[in-house]
Formats: sequence, C-alpha cells, structure tokens
Amino acid sequence: MKTICAKGRESRELNDAIREAGDCLVTDCLGQRFLGAGLPGGHIEIGGVPGNALGAYCNGAKITVCGNAQDAVGDTMNDGEIVVCGCIGDAAGYAMRGGAIYVRDDAGYRAGIHMKEYKEKVPVLVIGGCAGSFLGEYQAGGVIVVLGQNGDGRPIVGEFPCTGMHGGRMYLRGTCEGIVFPPQVTASPATDEDRAILAPLVKAYAEHFGIDEADLLASPYTVVKPDSRNPYKRMYVEN
Amino acid sequence: MKREGEVRIPSGCAIAAVIDRNGTPMPGSLIAGAMRPMHERSNGLGGGFAGYGIYPEYRDFYALHFFFTDRASRKDCEVYLKERFEIVKSEIIPTKKIPQVTDEPVIWRYFVDPLKSVLAAEQVDEREFVVRTVMRINTENRGGYVFSSGKNMGAFKAVGYPEDIAEFYRLDEYAGYAWTAHGRYPTNTPGWWGGAHPFTLLDWSVVHNGEISSYDANRRWIEMFGYKCTLQTDTEVITYIMDYLLRRQGLTLEEAASVVAAPFWSSIEAEKDPEAAAKRKYLRTVFPSLLVTGPFSIVLGFDGGLMALNDRLKLRSIVVGERGSRVYIASEEAAIRAMEPEAEHIRYPAGGEPVIVRLKGGLG
Repeated sequence: MKTICAKGRESRELNDAIREAGDCLVTDCLGQRFLGAGLPGGHIEIGGVPGNALGAYCNGAKITVCGNAQDAVGDTMNDGEIVVCGCIGDAAGYAMRGGAIYVRDDAGYRAGIHMKEYKEKVPVLVIGGCAGSFLGEYQAGGVIVVLGQNGDGRPIVGEFPCTGMHGGRMYLRGTCEGIVFPPQVTASPATDEDRAILAPLVKAYAEHFGIDEADLLASPYTVVKPDSRNPYKRMYVEN
Repeated sequence: MKREGEVRIPSGCAIAAVIDRNGTPMPGSLIAGAMRPMHERSNGLGGGFAGYGIYPEYRDFYALHFFFTDRASRKDCEVYLKERFEIVKSEIIPTKKIPQVTDEPVIWRYFVDPLKSVLAAEQVDEREFVVRTVMRINTENRGGYVFSSGKNMGAFKAVGYPEDIAEFYRLDEYAGYAWTAHGRYPTNTPGWWGGAHPFTLLDWSVVHNGEISSYDANRRWIEMFGYKCTLQTDTEVITYIMDYLLRRQGLTLEEAASVVAAPFWSSIEAEKDPEAAAKRKYLRTVFPSLLVTGPFSIVLGFDGGLMALNDRLKLRSIVVGERGSRVYIASEEAAIRAMEPEAEHIRYPAGGEPVIVRLKGGLG
C-alpha cells in the first residue's frame, strides 16, 4: 500500500495523488477537502483530520479515517464504505443514496439528512455514540442506526429528530423515553423483521471497531418510520 | 470609491479563536496558522484578527484603530479627536508591503484618554462616551473610520486572505492572551476594508460565519438606542446587540446568548426547571427583536475572555478543543489541530449553547 504524506498539499493536489495511487495510506491530513470524491474503488486509509465533504459522491471506494471526520462526510455517496474511528461532524451522509457509513462515536447535527433509496440501493448510516439534533431530517429512504454508547446521561439523539421524515427507517437503541418525535412518524419497539435488518448492521459495526456485538444486540431497539405513504398530505397544499 | 454600505450584493466564512486561561501571551502567528487549512472557506475579500492583551504598556488607554481615505481626512478627524480626548500616542500601524494586499487606506492608531471636562459636560460614563464618539466618526463621513476602540486589544483587518492579512499587519510581532480570526466570503456586500471582520466596539469583537436573515429587524431595534449600522453587514449588528445587552442592559453572557439564539417556545415548554423556563420566556418576551435568525456561528471576544455561539438550529459548524491552559475554537477541527496537533476534548457545541472561556484570575 502506497503512503502519501498530506503535509503542505492542497486539496486538489492530494486528491490527484490519491486517485493515482489506488490503495493508499494518507498521513498528516489537515483539512484537505473532497478526499476520495467520486472514487469508484480502492481503499484509502487516512491519518490526521480530513476536511469537509470526505467521500462526497463516493462510488465504491472504501475510506477509513483513524480519528475524527468533519462536516458533510459521504455527501450524495452512491456506493462504497466510509469508516470513521472517532466522531463525525454535521450533516453526515447528506443525501446519501447508497453505500454505508460507520461512525464509532458521536455524530453532529443533521446526520442522514435527506437520505434516499431506490430498489436495491439502500444507504446505511450507523452511529455508535449519540447523534445531534435533526437526525434524519427529511429522510426519504435508507437505514439510520444509532447505538448511543458512552452517552453519559445524554439522550441518544438531540432535539427534533425525524423532522420532515417521509421514507426509510431509523433504529435507536433503547426505548427512547422522553424523546419527542413529530406527529408524522411512528416510534415503536423493533419487530423480528426489523431485527433481521438491524443485526447484520450492528455486527458490521462491532467488527469494524472491535466492540462486542452481543451486548449491543441484547438491547431493545426502537424503530421510527413515517406513519403513512404521504404523511405531509396537507402541510402546505393538498398533494 | 463607494463604501461598503452603499452597495449591496445578495456567506461561507472561516472563524477561529484561541485563549490561554492563564493569561500567557501567544504570538499572532499562532492564530494565523489556524486559517491556512480553512483557506477555501474565504475568497480573498476579507480577513482579520482581534488580539487581547496586546498593548500592555498602554493598557489604561482606549486604542482607536482608524482607516483614513487620505492624509487630509486624518488631520480633520484628529481635530475632532482632540476636542474629546487627550491623545497619549499617535502612530501609523506598522504594515509590511506584500503583493497580496493592495489599495490600503491610511492605517493609524491612537491611544487616548477621554477629557474629563467633556465627559462631565455630556453626563455619560467613559465607555458610553467612546461609543458615541465612534458612532459619530463612522457616520459623519469625514473620511475616517474607527475599526477598533477597546483597551489593551485591537482589531487588524483588510481585504485579502486572512493568512496574508496576518503577514501584512505583522501579527507575529504582537502577543496576546486571546485571539480571534476571520476569513471572509462576502455574499451580500462587495468587501471593503472596514467591512472585514472582526467588527468591534469597545472591547467587544465579533467574528461571524453565516448569513443572518433578521438583519433589518435587529437593525431597526438597535438603531433606537443610538447605534448606527453603516455597512449593511450582519456582523456589525451582532456586535452592537452584544454591546447593548452586555454593557447597557447588564445581562450576563449566558443571558445574552439566550436572547440572540433564543430557544424555541417548544423547548421552553419542555424545560423541566421552572425557574430556567421562566427566565428564557422573560428574555424572549423582552427582547423579541434581538433574536438573530438564520445561520451563524460567532466568536465574541471581550476583556478577559471569549464566547462561542451557534444559531439555535446550528446551521454552521463550530468545534472546541483544549490543551493545558489553552482553549481552541474554530469552524473546523483541522484549524484547531493546526494550532495544537495534540488538542484534546474535541467537542461540538449544540445550537444556541454558548461556550464561555475566561481568564482564570480575571483581568490582571
């Protein structure tokens, strides 16, 4: 695997080097943007702090970040896998339409905003810690999982989760007492069918970060879904 | 040339700040380094810095930083200044000529002490007196513009990228216990030297990333109290709101944060502590026109501390980290790591949650 030192390199220059290298280890990253954007394949491992829009339009590459990632990771991602061994900034998985993002710790605001799905293209976002406010805002498809580890008394998700949600599903570990959801969605205990979807995602998460899956799977989960096919029928006009 | 407020064009930006809670001075080059990884957040139409504790030998005097259009306007403004202040020192602000920064105005600073006789005649306290003087100079169009007016602090700003502005103003030659920085990407106004951030008044300084949609509502309210918004830029109005709430109304920083980034009514209703709920309701009711809506992340600098604050929906990012006695704040974690690669306790404050950091021993 080729090693690329990112020190002193501009975003474009670094991205060109990554594209040329194929599988590579990038060290000393410091805010360079759009790393791995649109990449169809290969494995990039990143040390340091990658800049915003990491893996935007990612189309099959595997990207591993050995630390925190900033905002808008996996923006409009289509395929591939992004693994963040730390926290992730705001708007992770923005408008994502395929592939998977695994975050070991917490996510910022608006994770999974406007995720969508079509037939076999079902994006996945798994957050091991807690998520900020507006989780799954305008979610139209895909699966969001939040495990709420190391919450230290914080709620598993901040305020206003699922605002504008009209598709897909969200799984939150625990019973979600005290969390207020909008009237257009339903929150209920996960069924066997839900657990069949959830289990492989939790297993993959546990494998990525060397965490015991048994504990995670033994917990109750809450599933959140839009409560009908057209929950905002009368919001602005009849539609 | 037309001044910024005379033209309006329908902002990504970058902000960063650092404070040493022990009051240990840090060179301006430290904060300049934070702006490098965020270069793409600016477009070269404005950059600036505020340093606190940078004028220890003149700590008892107001440091007025001026842009003058020419020598004549400087003479004219000086005559006015001498009617109101004793000028303890008057000098050009040292700069370094670099190709990245051009068309500079005359940049000058005065260390001044208000004349007691004039103060007594106007029947106002010293700080109000300085505010009134600044407002008068900045609206009377004498060709002079005050862009910094606090004690033992100063703003340095210009049109250009922030890294270049730091070099231009030779920031490595200053040392302060706190610094804030801004890289500008103006979307509403064309970018004039005075319109770069930080915006300051007395020792308050504000750097801001965002685009507030309540500008006119806020401006109309604040102009009732003698503030004049001359530049049509939203950050100016935030600075005056902070001066109004903190100095004139005597609110705490937390209360001021609760006014500008007021919690939603639904959040107030859900608040379990009745006293806290009543207070928030009170602040929203008394200062409805000072609610700042639209995306913003700001760092407010003041004598002895910093406050970082996001809009309540958190439509802009802000990250906080620490190491030893230093606290770092920036739009991106990369900027924090540029200042301190080993920064710890990286956290992401929630919308409307103020992060307030003060010197441990208060002002020395």
